[in-house]
Amino acid sequence: MKALMFGWEFPPHILGGLGTASYGLTRGMAMQPDMEITFVIPKPWGDEDKSFLKIIGTTNTPVVWRDVDYDYVKNRLGDKMTPEQYYDLRSHIYADFSYRHVNDLGCIEFSGRYPDNLLEEINNYSIVAGVIARSEAFDVIHAHDWLTYPAGIHAKQISGKPMVIHVHATDYDRSRGNVNPEVYAIEKNGMDFADHIITVSNLTRNTVIEKYHQDPSKVTTVHNAVEPLSPEIVSIQDKRGVKDKVVTFLGRITMQKGPEYFVEAAAKVLAKAPNVRFVMAGSGDMLDEMIRLAASRNISDRFHFTGFMKGKQVYEVLKSSDVYVMPSVSEPFGISPLEAMQCGVPTIISKQSGCAEILDYAVKVDYWDIEAMADAIYSIIAYPAMYKFLKDEGKREVDNIKWEYAGQKVRRIYDQVINK
Amino acid sequence: MKTICFYFQIHQPFRLKRYRFFDIGNDHYYYDDFRNEEIMRRIAERCYIPANRAIMDMIKSSGGKFKVAFSISGTAIEQMEIYAPEVIDSFKELADTRNVEFLSETYSHSLASLAHKEEFKDQIKMHKEKIHSLFGVTPKVFRNTELIYSDEISEVVYKAGFKGMLTEGAKHILGWKSPNYVYTSSTQHQLKLLLKNDRYSEDISDRFNNYSWNEYPLTADKFISWIAETPPEQQIVNLFMNYEVLGSLHPAESGIFDFFRALPRYAAEKEISFSLPSEAFNLLKPVDSISVPYPISWVDEERDCSSWLGNLLQQEAFNKLKEIVDRVRLCEDRRVRQDWNYLQSSDHFYYMSTKHMGGKVFSPYENPYEAFNNYMNVLSDFILRVNAQFPSSIDNEELNSLLTTIKNQGIEIESLHEEIAKLKKKEAKKAASN
Repeated sequence: MKALMFGWEFPPHILGGLGTASYGLTRGMAMQPDMEITFVIPKPWGDEDKSFLKIIGTTNTPVVWRDVDYDYVKNRLGDKMTPEQYYDLRSHIYADFSYRHVNDLGCIEFSGRYPDNLLEEINNYSIVAGVIARSEAFDVIHAHDWLTYPAGIHAKQISGKPMVIHVHATDYDRSRGNVNPEVYAIEKNGMDFADHIITVSNLTRNTVIEKYHQDPSKVTTVHNAVEPLSPEIVSIQDKRGVKDKVVTFLGRITMQKGPEYFVEAAAKVLAKAPNVRFVMAGSGDMLDEMIRLAASRNISDRFHFTGFMKGKQVYEVLKSSDVYVMPSVSEPFGISPLEAMQCGVPTIISKQSGCAEILDYAVKVDYWDIEAMADAIYSIIAYPAMYKFLKDEGKREVDNIKWEYAGQKVRRIYDQVINK
Repeated sequence: MKTICFYFQIHQPFRLKRYRFFDIGNDHYYYDDFRNEEIMRRIAERCYIPANRAIMDMIKSSGGKFKVAFSISGTAIEQMEIYAPEVIDSFKELADTRNVEFLSETYSHSLASLAHKEEFKDQIKMHKEKIHSLFGVTPKVFRNTELIYSDEISEVVYKAGFKGMLTEGAKHILGWKSPNYVYTSSTQHQLKLLLKNDRYSEDISDRFNNYSWNEYPLTADKFISWIAETPPEQQIVNLFMNYEVLGSLHPAESGIFDFFRALPRYAAEKEISFSLPSEAFNLLKPVDSISVPYPISWVDEERDCSSWLGNLLQQEAFNKLKEIVDRVRLCEDRRVRQDWNYLQSSDHFYYMSTKHMGGKVFSPYENPYEAFNNYMNVLSDFILRVNAQFPSSIDNEELNSLLTTIKNQGIEIESLHEEIAKLKKKEAKKAASN
C-alpha cells in the first residue's frame, strides 16, 4: 500500500499542532509492514526524520525544465532531495510554467509558513503537486487540512486514485463562526471531491456534516494520539523558582483558544488563593489584549506572559506547572492537554474541545463557565488528593492513546476506498 | 538687563534585561549590563565629554560669565562611575569653576512625587548626599523628574528645605502670562518657580537640526537677538533641555557645539547675562503665583503625566509598586533597597506608553506590552524578596510596632549593659580601696 500525503508542516520546524499530528500519524502508520508513505510539504529544512517515510518539498520540485548538471543539483539541494529524485520529477513536468517566477532549478519557492499571500502559495502548491503526482506511484491520496485540498484534488484528477482528506480543523473553529468565504469554498470543494473524510473528533465530524453538508457515511472520526515522550524530555526538571502553585495556559493566544476565560478565571482564583501564579505561554493576535485584561483585573504581578514557546521550552513550562488549562471555544482536537497529562500535569479542558471525547481523567468545563473553571483550578491546587488522582490516572490514560491505533483506523479507511 | 538661565537634564536608567517567568525566584539580578554600558559609553563619547569640554571652554573664554545648571540623576551618576568615570572627573572640574550649579532631584528620576511624600523626601535626600559626596556642594534648588510639578508637590518640596524649583511653562497653566518671570507656588508662597520657555528651549532642542523649519539654520546671532527683542521688562529666559541635545540628539556635525560656543559672545554684545537658578531666585522678585492643581511635566503636547501613567498597564505597574512601598521602607537589606531605587526610574513606565506606538526612540523594547511583561516579572521577583524579609501575614503597622519594640529593647539592653559595666567598675574600685 502506497500513500501520497500532502501536508503543510513536519517536525522539527512546526508552527502549530498540524505538524505534530502529521508526524505522529505517519509514524504510527509506518508501523504497518506494507505501508509506504510519501509526504509532500512546502519547504523541508533537511533535518526532518526520514527514516520511515519519503519527504518531497514542493520548493525543490521543478516545474520548468532547467539543464543543470548532477553535482550542481547535489550541491543545491543537499539533504533535502537526491539529484535522482530531482531528475525524475523534472521529466514529469506537464505544462509550461516559465511565465511564473522560478529559481535556477526551475522551482517555485515556498515560505512553508502561513504568509499573507497564503492563497497564492496554496495555488502554487497545487501546481507542483501535479508534477509529483505524475512521477510518484501510489494507491491512495491523503490530504491534510484545507491548504492541501486543492493539491489532493489535482492529484486525484491526474491519477484517478481515491482521495482521503484529513480535517484537522475547519474555518468554523478558527473564526468562532465567521468563516472566510474563500477558505470555506476551498474546504467545501475538497470535501466534495474526497472519497472519504477523516475528522479528528466527533465535534469536527458534526461540523463537517452540518456546515459542509457531507454525507455522514463518508465521514469517519479518527482521534489524534500522542507520541511517547523522549528520554530527553522526561528528564527535564521543574525549574520554577517560586514556591507558589503554577497554573498554565499554553497555545496560540487567539479567539479560538478562549484566552480571556483563563484570565477571568485566574482573577477569581487569585481573589481566594494568593499563593498561585498563572502563566500564559504562547503568542497570537490577542496577546496585547490579554495583557491589558490582566492589568485591568489587577493581577499582573501574579499573571505572567512568556511569549512564543517551542520544542523543549513547551515541556519546561509543563513540567513546572501544577494545573494545565485549555479553555478553547472550539477545538477540533487539541493535542496539548495530552502532552500536559504525559508530563503528569492535571488538566482542565473545555467541553468544546475534541480531545474531551476520549479523555476521562481530565476536568471538563464549558469554556464560558469561568466559575466552574476557577472552581476546578482551586480544587486541584488546594486538595492534594485531587491533584494526585488526576496526575496519576491522567498519565495512565494518556499513555494508552497511541498513534499506532490511529494509524490502523486510517488504514482500514484506505482499504475501504480502494476496494470500493 | 535680561538674563538667560540654562539648565540641562542628565539621566540614564538601569535598563532591565530580558527577565522570564522562570527567572522569578531564581535570578535576582535584573539589569542589562551590556546594553547599559554600551549606551553610557556611546552617550559619554558623543555628548557628555565633548559637551562638558565645550562648556568649560565657554566659561573660560567668557571670563566666567557663562553659567549652567545640571541635574544628574543618581542612577546616571552610578553608571558614569562604572562605565565612564572620566565624565565624573570632567563634571568635578566644572564644579570647581563655581559657574555650574547642581540641582536636586529624586535619586532614580522616579515618580515618587505622585505617590508617597515620605518616600519622595527620602529619595531627594539620597540624591543630595550623592551629589555632595562627589562634587562637595549641596543642591539648593529642586527640579523634579521631567519637570513634574503640582501645588501638592510644591508643598513637599518647600518642606524639604528648598526655596526654589524648576518646572514647565505649560500653556494651559500660564494662559496669557509669560514664562519669562519668576513666579511662586499658589499654595506655598515662599517657594519660587522658574518656568521653562517652551519656544526658545525647543528652538534648540527640537528644531535646531530641522531642515524644513523656516528659521533653519539657527545661528547664535539670530537666537540671541530674538531674546534681546523680547519686551524689556521680561527678566529671564529659561532654557531647559536634555543634555543629550548636545551631540546625541543633534549630532556634532549639525553644528550644535559651535552654536553654543558662540552664544556668550553675542549675549555679551546685547548685554544679556547668564544666571544660575539660585542666583535668579536671589536677584529677581516674583511677579505672581501660579496654580497647578493637576501635575504637569515637560513631555509631549499634553504636558502632563500621561506618558508614564496614561494607560492601564502603566497604572497597574505603578500601583503594584506603590502597594509595597511601606514594606520596602521597613527593609534594611541593602540589595533590596538598591533594586527598589533602580525599579523606580520613570523610564520603565515610559517604555509602557502606548501614546506613540512604534515611535519610541528611547525604549529598549519592541512594544509597550513587552516592556510591561518584563517589568512585571522583575517586580514579581522583587516582591517575593521583600516578602521574604518579613512574613506577609503581618500587616505593616503591626510590623512597624514590632520593629520599634525590638529596636527599643536593643537600646534598653545596651543601656543596661552599660549600667552593669559601671556597677562592676565601682565594685572593683571598692574592693581595691578596701
